[in-house]
Amino acid sequence: MTDDVAVLGAGMHPWGKWGRSFVEYGTVAAREALADAGVAWRDVGSIVGADTVRGGYPGYVAGATFAKALGWQGARVASVYAACASGAQAVATARAQILAGLADVVLVVGADAAPKGFFRPAGGDRPDDPDWLRFRILGATNPAYFGLYARRRMALHGDTVEDFAQVKVKNAASGALNPYARYRKRVTAEEVAASATVADPLRLLDICATSDGGAALVLSSLEFARRHGAADAVRIRAVSTVTPRYPNTVLDLPDIATDSAVAVEPPSDTFRASIARAAFEEAGLGPEDLSLAEVYDLSTALELQWYEDLGLCVEGEGAKLLREGATALGGRIPVNVSGGLASFGEAVPAQAIAQVCELTWQLRGVAGDRQVEGARVGITANQGLFGHGSSVIAVR
Amino acid sequence: MSRTRTPVVTGWFTGEGDDFHLLGTRCSACASVFFPREDTFCRNPGCSGGALEEVPLSRRGRVWSYTDGRYRPPSPYVSDPELPWEPRTLIAVELTAERLVVLGQAVTGVTVADLTVGMEVEVVPGVLDEDAETTWTTWHWRPTGTRG
Repeated sequence: MTDDVAVLGAGMHPWGKWGRSFVEYGTVAAREALADAGVAWRDVGSIVGADTVRGGYPGYVAGATFAKALGWQGARVASVYAACASGAQAVATARAQILAGLADVVLVVGADAAPKGFFRPAGGDRPDDPDWLRFRILGATNPAYFGLYARRRMALHGDTVEDFAQVKVKNAASGALNPYARYRKRVTAEEVAASATVADPLRLLDICATSDGGAALVLSSLEFARRHGAADAVRIRAVSTVTPRYPNTVLDLPDIATDSAVAVEPPSDTFRASIARAAFEEAGLGPEDLSLAEVYDLSTALELQWYEDLGLCVEGEGAKLLREGATALGGRIPVNVSGGLASFGEAVPAQAIAQVCELTWQLRGVAGDRQVEGARVGITANQGLFGHGSSVIAVR
Repeated sequence: MSRTRTPVVTGWFTGEGDDFHLLGTRCSACASVFFPREDTFCRNPGCSGGALEEVPLSRRGRVWSYTDGRYRPPSPYVSDPELPWEPRTLIAVELTAERLVVLGQAVTGVTVADLTVGMEVEVVPGVLDEDAETTWTTWHWRPTGTRG
C-alpha cells in the first residue's frame, strides 16, 4: 500500500457552453480550490495541468498556462495528456511528487472549451493514426462505439432501451441538485424515448454532450495537512493509471479491431475491470467498502457496464442493480450523484478531476441535497482513448 | 471519365469477388495475428519476436455487435454535403479462427433491423467514396443470408 495524500481543496467552474477560453475556466476552478484549501497560491510548490488537444496544443494547454494566469511564482510545473484520463494522471503525478518529497502542496488543474458536435480527430491526412482511420474509413464517431456496447449488452444480458433511459432519469435527477452541472433539469423516460436516435440503439439523451468546464484540486502531504489544521481532510488512498493487457479483446475507441486471442488467452478480467481492480488492490479495499462511485457515463449503457466492472454486481446484472434503485441517491451504492456526464457533458481534461471534487464534497458531508449519508469511501472510474486507465479511491 | 480504383488504406485487403479478403499479419514465432497489420514488431509481450508474415483473414464471421450513424460523421469521412445524409450501418464481426473482432461498414441497404448478434456475415469488396480521379475502395460486411 502507498501512503495517502490529503485533499485540502476542491474547486470547479460550472460546466456549460460559455464560449470563453479554457484558461479562464481553469483559473476560476484553481482560485476556488485554493480558497477552499486556505492555501495561498505562492505557497504551492508545484502545479500539474491536465491537457486536452482541443483548446490548442500541448505546451499551451498546460500547467504553465494556468501558472501564468494565476501569476508566475516559480512553482515546479508538469503537464499530462491521457485523453479522458488526463485528470487522473494529473492527480497521479501530483501524488507521486508529494510522496517523493518533491513538493508539500500541489495544485492540479484541468479545463476545456469543447467544440460543438461530434469530436473529430486532429486535422491533416494521417493514415497511420487509428483515430484518423476510424473516421476516414468507417465514419465511426464516438457514439458509434457507445451504440455497439449498448447493443451487445442488450443481446448478452437482456438490457433494454428502457433500462438505458432510466440511467439518464436517475443522473438528471441528481444533476438537477448540482450547481456546477450544465443540465439542471429532471428528465423523464418519455423525453429520452422521444429524443432522436444518434447511434442505434442510443438516443441523443443517452449520450453525453461536450462541454466547457474546469476543475481543480489542492493536494498535500498528510504532514502538511496536519500543520495546516486539516488533519481530518479527505485522503486519496489509490490512483490507478493502468494500461490494458494483451490480448485486449474488447473493441474499444478508437480501434477498428481488437487484439487476437489466437496465440494467448485473454486475461481473466477486461481492461475496464482491471482499472478498478488495481485501485482496490492499492487501497486495500473492495467494492463492498464503497459509499459511492463516480463513473464515466459517456452513454447510459456504459454506466451499467461500469457497475459490473467495479464489482458492484456480477457481470450481466448491471440493469438489475439499476432497476432495484441501488445506484440512485438513497440506494445501497449511489452512482453518479454529481449527475455524471449525463448532467455535465464532457470537458475532457477536467472531467476526472471533477469526479474527485465530487468525492471530496461527499466525503466531507457538504454535498447538500445530493449528499450520500455517512459517505466514507468513494471511487472514480474512467478510461481515456488509446488505453489510458483511470480510477481514484478517496476515503475519510 | 474512368476513375482509378484505389484502396482507402494500403495492404489491408485484396482480391475481387469471392476471392476478396482482409489482410493481416502473423508472427512466425508465437502465431499471434494482427489486424490492422503489424509489420515491424510482434505486440505479444510474451513473445521474443518473429518475422511478421502477411496472411488472409477468414472471409466469414459472426456479428459481435452493430449500430448505425444517423448523423453525418465529421471529416475525414467523405460525404456529399449537397445530399441528405443516409445512415450507415456499422458491424463489429468476430472472426472465429483468428479470435479477433473487426469493425466495418455493412453493404449498402443493410440496416440495423436486418441484423442480430451472432448472425453470420462475410466480407465483400465495397466502395467508400469517389472523387474526380479516384474510386476509394474498402471492405464491407454482408449477412450471408442475403444477396445483392
